[in-house]
Order: sequence, then structure tokens, then C-alpha cells
Amino acid sequence: MNYLDAKHIKKSFKDVDVLHDVSFSVKEGEVLSIIGPSGSGKSTLLRCCTFLETITDGSISYMEKAAVVTNESGKLVYADRSDFKEILKCFGLVFQNFNLFPHYNVLKNIVQPQRIVLKRSKSEAEKVARQLLEKVGLSEKERAYPCELSGGQQQRVAIVRALAMSPKILFFDEPTSALDPQLTGEILDVIRLLAEDNMTMVIVTHEMNFAKAISDRVIFMADGYIIEEGTPSEVFDNPKNERTRQFLAHYNSAN
Amino acid sequence: MSFFDIVVQLGDSMLNSIYIFLLTLLFSIPIGLIICVIRMYAWKPLQWLVKLYISVVRGTPLMLQLLVVYFGPYFLMNMKLTTEYRFWAVIIAFSLNYAAYFAEIFRSGIQSIPVGQHEATYILGYGNIQKFVRIIIPQMFKRVLPAVTNESITLVKDTSLAFAISYIELFTEAKMIAAAETSMMPYLVAAIFYYVLNLIVAGIMSLLEKRMNYYKI
Ligand SMILES: Nc1ncnc2c1ncn2[C@@H]1O[C@H](COP(=O)(O)OP(=O)(O)OP(=O)(O)O)[C@@H](O)[C@H]1O
Ligand SMILES: [Mg+2]
Repeated sequence: MNYLDAKHIKKSFKDVDVLHDVSFSVKEGEVLSIIGPSGSGKSTLLRCCTFLETITDGSISYMEKAAVVTNESGKLVYADRSDFKEILKCFGLVFQNFNLFPHYNVLKNIVQPQRIVLKRSKSEAEKVARQLLEKVGLSEKERAYPCELSGGQQQRVAIVRALAMSPKILFFDEPTSALDPQLTGEILDVIRLLAEDNMTMVIVTHEMNFAKAISDRVIFMADGYIIEEGTPSEVFDNPKNERTRQFLAHYNSAN
Repeated sequence: MSFFDIVVQLGDSMLNSIYIFLLTLLFSIPIGLIICVIRMYAWKPLQWLVKLYISVVRGTPLMLQLLVVYFGPYFLMNMKLTTEYRFWAVIIAFSLNYAAYFAEIFRSGIQSIPVGQHEATYILGYGNIQKFVRIIIPQMFKRVLPAVTNESITLVKDTSLAFAISYIELFTEAKMIAAAETSMMPYLVAAIFYYVLNLIVAGIMSLLEKRMNYYKI
């Protein structure tokens, strides 16, 4: 089953077109990486798919249920309130700058959303939180406040907070780019772990080696278009498009 | 009259000043929060109404507002002015006035919270009310504490404006005794009282700030 279908997505900010007719799907268990130069619209695409931005045109479905479609007259039609709420539960998002709740300790950051949104009992929510914290090596930190953690630790908590909501898909928008190189590794390790558990993920990243190693499929974007799409070896080793080649060459020379 | 005699004689009116202070805070903070929410999120015409309210309240003297609240019912509806109402006129005028200031302070606090906090709650599935009650307002209070301290200190001194409608608080009575005794002493006592009360207020607020220091923004 396709967990996500985004079709003919267009997005403009005022008069500036940022996404031109972008379509892609994510299948169950798939790890999809989105790469591309700065300003190519990767974050915007992720934000449209997670409804942090409203699309200008196109349609988005999760689990083959329409969240938003554009009708013949060009008007966006959203799923009704209760369906939309269910659709919001299908996915989680890990932000570049974590966005933990600073006034709650680690445990409460993870427990409260489960209790409020999923109506889990306190003991159940804590059990879920502790299992996941152990998995990412942060069992010791459940009483710590976000400001007492390193960036890498905060990001691991943010991943756990998202995972605790049992999403079908987890989106990552450059999860390591706010981190020092040595902290980047610990986040990539966690994502690798999730991939082994067949978590469905969409990852926007500038870590090319990581994307190549972990992805089932890679999308290369430039100027608001999907330029190329394929398996990691297709995109990284035999890119068909000149733009992709340029981007990868530039990237390789920069490293 | 000795210094001590004056302190004793002013005791009741000191208490009255403290009542004005406490009751005004008690009412103006929640009213301010409601005004702030309307100002930011309500139906547009309501927002304009509240904006007008804030602008009028902040743009005219508190003393004048106090007179309006006190004499308004008499001139508009021919209501009898009781001594009891005098007290409530002070509380109503002060609360409505301070609520406008608090509303703007709260608004600036809410606006200073990074948009990422709103986005995180949205993605996790929090409703708007849950978001405000659990995530936004608690963080807002920490951010506005220094500004609230400022307002509270001003309020301690503003309680003296109740003299305008002859409500017997500290300043009104100090003035009466000073006139009767032709002495500056009552003013000195009043000054010391306001100053000490403000030291206490500032102390409590800084304690509160420390209590909130368990996390950083
Ligand atoms: N809120 C906004 N208002 C106006 N323009 C925007 C807005 N957000 C993004 N843009 C524009 O959209 C384009 C795509 O931005 P986006 O952040 O999606 O790029 P990106 O591929 O994520 O880049 P990076 O790799 O630097 O994160 C940019 O030109 C940007 O200036
Ligand atoms: Mg981006």
C-alpha cells in the first residue's frame, strides 16, 4: 500500500513559484531520501506534505485516504475535521531544530502528546516512552530538561517523541544540520536503527553518503522540480540528468 | 504625633492600599489574558473592538478612568453612590486599566515564542486549546515575568490615585493627617510604606523568576 501519495503539488509564496507540479509516493516500509541544492524546495515539499504549509494546487493522500484534493474549479477540498485528525496521526515530523517543549522534562515531552492526542493511560505512555528512550540510549535522561541536553540528545528525544505517537511515516527535515559532525553520527545511527525496523521514512538530507547507504529510493530536486528519481545507485552512481551530475560533482569536490 | 502614632493611625489605610493592589492583580491578570486572546485570535470585528479598548485605556489617564467609573453610574443612571461602591469603583477601574497593559505584555510574550513550538504541537495533533493551555501560556508566563514585575511595581504606586475619589487608602489618609497636623511626617511614613511594599513585591517576583529557572528558553 502507498502510505503517501502527493500528486501535482504546486506551491507558491505570493508570486514566487517554489514547487512546480511535484508528484511522488512513499510505499510501506520504504526509506526515501530527498536531496538537492539549497532553495530547491525540499523543506517546502515536506512542509506541504505535513500541512504546515497549504499547497496551491494538487492532492495529498495518506494510507490512500485523501487529505486534500483540488477540484475542477481549482479549489482545495480538505477531508472533514475528524478524518483530517486521523490523517494527522499517520505521520510524524522531526525538525531541524528539534522543537522540544522546553518547559517539560524529557519524559513529559514524550508522554504528554500520547496522553492528549492518543488518549493513552499514563502508565502505558510512560512504558512506550521508556522503551524508546532505551532504544536511543537516553534512559538516564528522562528527568532532564531539553536545555540540559546536547543537540544530538535533544534530537534523539525529538525522534522518540515522534515515534511514540506510532506514526506510519516519519519525516525528517535535515535532522543533523544543526549539529556538530560528531553528534551527526548518533542521529544517523538512530535513523539506521529505524530503517532496520522497517519504519517508513522520508528524509531530507545533505548527508549524501548516508542517503546513499540507507535509502531505498532517492529523489533529486532542483528549482522546485523533481529532476531525477531512482535507487541510490541509479541516482548517485549513474545520474542521467546533467543537473544531478553537477550537484553531485559539486558535493564531492566540497568534501 | 510621633512617627509611631502615625504608623498606627495609618495602619487601616495601608491595608486598604494592599487590598487594592492584590485585588487588582487578581482580576487584571486573567482579564488581560482573555483580552490578549481576543486581540490575537477572535473574530476580526471583536479584535478591532478590543484594540480600540486597549488604545483608549492606555491613551487616557487612569485617574480620569477612575472618575468615570465612579461617577458614571450616577450621571448615566442616577444611581446612588455608596461608600462601598467607592471601593469597587477603584477595583473595577484599576483592573480594567491594568488588564489592557497586561494584555499587551502577554501578547508580546506569546509572539516571542518560536513558531516551531506551534508547529510541533500541530504535527503531534494537539488541538488549539491544549496547545495554549499546556505549551504556549506556560512559556509565555516565564517570558513576561520581568514586564509583569514592572507593572506590579507601578501598580503599588498607582494605588495612591484612589485619593481622586476620596477612597481612604494610604495616600488619602496621609494627606488628611498631614493637613491636620501640619506635618510632613505622614508623607514620610507613606513613602516608606510604598517603598517597602515594592521591595517585597520585587523580592517575590525575583523568587518566582528563580523558580522558573528550572528551564531555559
Ligand atoms: N515562507 C516563505 N515565504 C516566501 N518564500 C519562501 C518561504 N519559504 C520558503 N521560501 C522560498 O522557497 C524556496 C525553497 O525553499 P526551501 O526552504 O523549501 O528550500 P530547501 O530545498 O529546503 O533549501 P535548504 O537545503 O537550504 O534547506 C526558497 O527560494 C525560499 O526562499
Ligand atoms: Mg530546507
